Amino acid sequence: MSTVMNKNLTQEIIESFSADTYTEANDLRKQAIGYLETLGLPTNKSEEYRFTPITKHLEKNFKWENKNPQSSINSIDDYLIPELDANILVFINGSFSQKFSKIISPKDQLSIKTLAEAFQSESTTISSYFDKVGRSQNDPFAAMNSAFWQEGVCINIPDKTIVEKPIFLLHINDTTLSQVIAHTRLLLIIGQQSEASIIEKFETTGGEASFHTFIEEILVSESASLNYYKIQNDKGAVCQVTNSAIQQLSGSKVSAFTLTLNGQLIRNNFSITIDGEHCESHFNGLYLLKGKTLVDNHTVVDHKKPNSQSNELYKGIMDGNSKGVFNGKIFVRPHAQKTNAFQSNRNILICDDATINTKPQLEIWADDVKCSHGCTTGQLDEEALFYLQSRGISKQSAQAMLLYAFAADVVATIPHGSIKNYFDLLISERLQKNF
Amino acid sequence: MLEIKNLQARIEEKEILKGINLTVNAGEVHAIMGPNGSGKSTLASVLSGREEYEVTGGEVTFLGKDLLALDPEVRAREGIFMAFQYPVEIPGVNTINFMKTALNQIRVHRGQQPLDAVSFLGLMKEKMKLVEIEQSLLSRSLNEGFSGGEKKRNEIFQMAMLEPKLAILDETDSGLDIDALRIVANGVNKLRSKNNATIVVTHYQRLLDYIVPDFVHVLYKGRIVKSGTKDLALELEAKGYDWIKNEVAVA
Repeated sequence: MSTVMNKNLTQEIIESFSADTYTEANDLRKQAIGYLETLGLPTNKSEEYRFTPITKHLEKNFKWENKNPQSSINSIDDYLIPELDANILVFINGSFSQKFSKIISPKDQLSIKTLAEAFQSESTTISSYFDKVGRSQNDPFAAMNSAFWQEGVCINIPDKTIVEKPIFLLHINDTTLSQVIAHTRLLLIIGQQSEASIIEKFETTGGEASFHTFIEEILVSESASLNYYKIQNDKGAVCQVTNSAIQQLSGSKVSAFTLTLNGQLIRNNFSITIDGEHCESHFNGLYLLKGKTLVDNHTVVDHKKPNSQSNELYKGIMDGNSKGVFNGKIFVRPHAQKTNAFQSNRNILICDDATINTKPQLEIWADDVKCSHGCTTGQLDEEALFYLQSRGISKQSAQAMLLYAFAADVVATIPHGSIKNYFDLLISERLQKNF
Repeated sequence: MLEIKNLQARIEEKEILKGINLTVNAGEVHAIMGPNGSGKSTLASVLSGREEYEVTGGEVTFLGKDLLALDPEVRAREGIFMAFQYPVEIPGVNTINFMKTALNQIRVHRGQQPLDAVSFLGLMKEKMKLVEIEQSLLSRSLNEGFSGGEKKRNEIFQMAMLEPKLAILDETDSGLDIDALRIVANGVNKLRSKNNATIVVTHYQRLLDYIVPDFVHVLYKGRIVKSGTKDLALELEAKGYDWIKNEVAVA
């Protein structure tokens, strides 16, 4: 039954595609439709999506039409990060909002264009980098995005440039009038020896459902560095699939942090390809879930060249009926000798109805490497809880204190003060650490 | 202050306390001694509210209240302090924040205003001096990487901060060298007053050279089999516990 329905939905989606709708990338879009047709939407038997029933969710909650309602949002203040001085790029219901976007960095530090503009004026960048590492061939939702993307942004940072102000990408889906289906993209090229920070935040307002796919392709060139933050604190009825593909060249450094607090069904495909020597990748994830939220983090780090190191730490706290899924793949290719790759996934289940499915997957073809992985799942330490209570601290405060301690250590590594404070605020709120 | 009547408790299926009677008044120091496995630590645990122990009989009244009906945090707020034999390490919980939260929740329970950051730090400085503990230790995560002596000193520091009416020191001397023992005992002595009381649970007489008890009780097989003054502790030190075991066997 469900296979038939999936076929139907895939077919329905494919049939809704009309190249006439779009002005850019029509060949790539048609190609992506082909990939989607071949891959099909995942069923509960699809290994990569077995715990995350997105297809079922789409069947149940969405009418497949490529038209989004108008938004009547007249302020984005509620969605901003306090005290963060940043370049702000706003997307509402899949369209770029000139009105709310604001670029404060000088023009010689970076060029920011919508993808529509970039297709006109930056054909070299587009032909070299667009849809090159975005996994359209491997992931049905990446293929769907590559076929249906409505708008995106192309950011180019020249060599030897330190972009002091972070780039803040804010996605808002306004479902006040009806459902929203949004497909957006980011293409970010960081030149050699340059530095940039990017923050991505996703919000839904209104009572109807929203479905959002997002693809980002990021190139971190030789000796460049990237700080990356993703904040998923979407209180609406949102289903979201993100595909992040970061490519690192020699001597580059990436620090990434994904914080997920809310949403109905969230799937993050996060991959780092280390295509150079002496690279450093640190990627952290924190998912603090409650209610019926399901969050699935699939991460890949692919060591293709020798002498680099990657360090992955994902932590989760599951409350209520929430579900967490973690899958961490590490590939070390035959030539990638002297690789150091570490992975850790730690989980706390607060109550009996919460679940976590965690799976490390290491494929190592080189022989002179240091790799390790570990995953733990447990409850709060009863001894520690009793110790705190024995000092007069209420059970609720004691729990909050211990959960905060578990969650917050990765936050300490965030270099930007205002971002660190914001993460800390969100985590404290979620864990009810109000002392 | 504390009245224990015929207290019986077990862990899982094992009866450990088989009818303890003990009265502690304000201003007194009581030592509870006894061989390993006699129930000393169980008694301390039951008084502090550990859930693993099931009270099967008897009653405990603390300042007129039914102690056994109170949650552990309420016992602490009412004035009971347990210095643990093995204080847990809690990574990520900053000692100072922890102490401020504890003190302020206790103050609110007692109808006092919570302390602001400045007054709290002032109080902390004063108590740090009293128990000879360094600021650097308190800036770290709670007990994390502390030596045995540092952990025990931190317990006494917490006791100084929270100003309990009844302090229970569970084998506080275990794992301490003689210098650490002296510092810890000095701290306890400085905190003694006619308004508070102390129960010292210990296997050895050594600690009692520094914290001099008014009463010594010997716990054996879940009962207090002998009570006396500090001379009883000296006698135990000289003769060991065997003569007590024999006395019980004969009786």
